[in-house]
Amino acid sequence: MKKRKMYFRMITASLMRRRSRMLVALLAIMIGATILSGLVTIYYDVPRQMGAQFRSYGANMIFTAEDEDFTLADVEQGLSYIRDDELVGVAPYHYESVRIHERVVMAAATEMEGAKKTSPFWAVSGRWPQAGGEIMVGASVAETFRLREGDAVTVAYTPEGQLGDAEEVVWDNTLDFTVVGILDTGGSEEDYVYMSLEDMQKLTDKDISLDVCELSVQTTSDRLSQYAEQISEDVAGIHARLVKRVTQSETTVLSKLQALVLLVTIVVLALTMICVATTMTAVVAERRKEIGLRKALGASDGSIIMEFMGEGLMLGGIGGILGSVLGFVFAQAVSVSVFNSSISFRFVLLPVTVIVSVIVTGIACLMPIRSATNVDPALVLKGE
Amino acid sequence: MSLLELKNVSKIYGDLHALDHVSLKVEKGEWVAIMGPSGSGKSTMMNIIGCMDKPTEGEVLLDGVDIAKESAKNLTTIRRDKIGLIFQQFHLVSYLTALENVMVAQYYHSVPDEKEAMEALERVGLADRARHLPSQLSGGEQQRVCVARALINYPEIILADEPTGNLDEANEEIVVELFRKLHEEGTTLIVVTHDPEVAEVAQRTLVLRNGRLDHERINENFTGHMKLN
Repeated sequence: MKKRKMYFRMITASLMRRRSRMLVALLAIMIGATILSGLVTIYYDVPRQMGAQFRSYGANMIFTAEDEDFTLADVEQGLSYIRDDELVGVAPYHYESVRIHERVVMAAATEMEGAKKTSPFWAVSGRWPQAGGEIMVGASVAETFRLREGDAVTVAYTPEGQLGDAEEVVWDNTLDFTVVGILDTGGSEEDYVYMSLEDMQKLTDKDISLDVCELSVQTTSDRLSQYAEQISEDVAGIHARLVKRVTQSETTVLSKLQALVLLVTIVVLALTMICVATTMTAVVAERRKEIGLRKALGASDGSIIMEFMGEGLMLGGIGGILGSVLGFVFAQAVSVSVFNSSISFRFVLLPVTVIVSVIVTGIACLMPIRSATNVDPALVLKGE
Repeated sequence: MSLLELKNVSKIYGDLHALDHVSLKVEKGEWVAIMGPSGSGKSTMMNIIGCMDKPTEGEVLLDGVDIAKESAKNLTTIRRDKIGLIFQQFHLVSYLTALENVMVAQYYHSVPDEKEAMEALERVGLADRARHLPSQLSGGEQQRVCVARALINYPEIILADEPTGNLDEANEEIVVELFRKLHEEGTTLIVVTHDPEVAEVAQRTLVLRNGRLDHERINENFTGHMKLN
């Protein structure tokens, strides 16, 4: 039999036949590895999860015209720089002064599906416009004109050149709409009426240019800045910039959360190390006679270190494997309960957790094992 | 040249002279018993001969080498290569089987050989108990495993410290019988004992008192067999 085989036979015998004592150490390592693996999973998943949460705060990037105005084609070109899976929603806006019952009101034309995604916090009683001839009015406008869901309203627009010298309207375009929703935001959005870009084109009878385009992009703040920079540089006619209010708070919250997770991970690792060191100290104390015997049989200090370290590292490895699996379960539970979404298993975390567990266990074992080599065989074999 | 020679060996702890200028010789193949009351220096002598301690003064020549001058590392090597130890408390590794306990001695000495370890257990009559843990063996069986472990590496000397101290009469006879066989095969035996019956079986008995060699008895009628009461 090779020495190596006997070495593993001794180590496994020690672990398997002294289960109660080793279970304590294994449990300590496993809990440490579970929390480590779980927190690291959360650490990497938090930006994605929080990013999704932050999208509910609305657009985090806007396109504006570099000089005068820009078109949907420019927007399309700008969007080609952003990864599809990161793009949550796009809402191009064209603003125009219109009149309802001869009073001037600001009309915003947009793509409703995109606007829903870039402004998820908008509270609409009724529903969003879906077809031509449907309009959504801000709560303030609704109050002024006593409009309610289902009411008919005629919107008038005075084309250029149709305003007389005395500001009297020479010719008006009009379009009849049905109010399908009342928008309540508590902000200036309530002062607008909202229609589709197609209806706006019909009403104004001209090609629609855009005043602003809101985007909701789910990515890191660094990447978002990169996108903005690249689009502004490469796409003529568009100036892309970040909505600082959103991106800034997103970055701040994320960095604080990540720092917290990192801190907890370090504390947990330190606690695991202390726990393993304490258990290994107890193991060494408990096995002083055995160490004395092994030395009496001719074991060198190196052999003693190798054997105890082997046991420690094997425990570290087993604890690491169990911990990385349990860590995923832990991270999954946290993700589901906190963010209401599941996470995928990161296979790279398995070797990382095992290696970290083995290293932490190895460091924790150093001191107790060192004390094992100081055992005097003559004294312990006499029972002193 | 004697296999073991102690020349004016003293071991002093503060004011206590655990061994006080002891000189003795043990020849190759000899069976020597060391007797004496508690505190007479038996254990100190056992530790020094077993390379687990060094004398304060004097020379300890084992196979011509003065082990008193060797480093701790060299003493470990000498102990591993030349000495087989048998303890009163057996000192078997609790989580290893009888067979594995024997193989541990091989592991530190050279290369573990399961077949050879099994043969050693056969010699002490424990082949059928080879896969048992120490907790599943009686005291006598554990001591026989300890004997098998001591002889597995063919040591120059087998050093037994109260080998029958924890055994009943039947097992005491079995162990002494094993010693007799080892002696017949040419193994040098040094047995520290309180038990006059065990000491009487040896060729020669050294009696220690207060750290000094008090007297020496030669067993004129040496047979290696215990006298049955």
